[in-house]
Amino acid sequence: MKVTVLFFASLREQLGSPREELELPASVATVGALRDHLRARGGAWDSVFAPNKPVRAAVNQDMVQPAAAIKNGDEVAFFPPVTGG
Amino acid sequence: MKIAIQREDFDLGAETRAISKNPKIGAVASFVGLVRDVRMSLEHYPGMTESALRKIVDEAASRWQVMDCTVIHRYGDLEPNDQIVMVAVASAHRGDAFQACEFIMDYLKTQAPFWKKEHRAGGATWVEARASDDEAADRWK
Repeated sequence: MKVTVLFFASLREQLGSPREELELPASVATVGALRDHLRARGGAWDSVFAPNKPVRAAVNQDMVQPAAAIKNGDEVAFFPPVTGG
Repeated sequence: MKIAIQREDFDLGAETRAISKNPKIGAVASFVGLVRDVRMSLEHYPGMTESALRKIVDEAASRWQVMDCTVIHRYGDLEPNDQIVMVAVASAHRGDAFQACEFIMDYLKTQAPFWKKEHRAGGATWVEARASDDEAADRWK
């Protein structure tokens, strides 16, 4: 399964990357699993996606909970809690 | 209904006049958010920002009588006292206009993908989300 992953704001800066195309194993089928998958890279990834960090996610530009499913071709975004207005 | 994400400033008077032309409209409530104290830059998620704001406006229109509405949010570099955001809601009566306007702002604060970075003498820091904003949005549930 192939997805596009986007990072915004402090996450983008800490990870040094705004986006990547990612080939995922079949076991990574939810947003929460993808977060764990990325965290396992270690270093900055481990600290950005640590369980105590308030990371929000969107699938295809819709804000979702960690249990949300992801499928081939999805755009998945990770970002900190929003601070507009 | 107009939703705009832009670098440029906006003119609240012109925007409210633009949604006041229908003779059935008896009230326009508006809100303007300004930059307080420090220089900042605003980042957003192009595409999602527009659809998130559209959903918030649609939700407001399902709860109150919203005859027209304009939401403009700026991004990029902003100076103290610059305008950041405006919401204007036109309705037959003030109650609907006031409530829909406040609802849209409260939801925008927690649902629209914008992030502020403050630039101070000591360096730049990302603004942390506030629990009080979540509480303000929760009031409408």
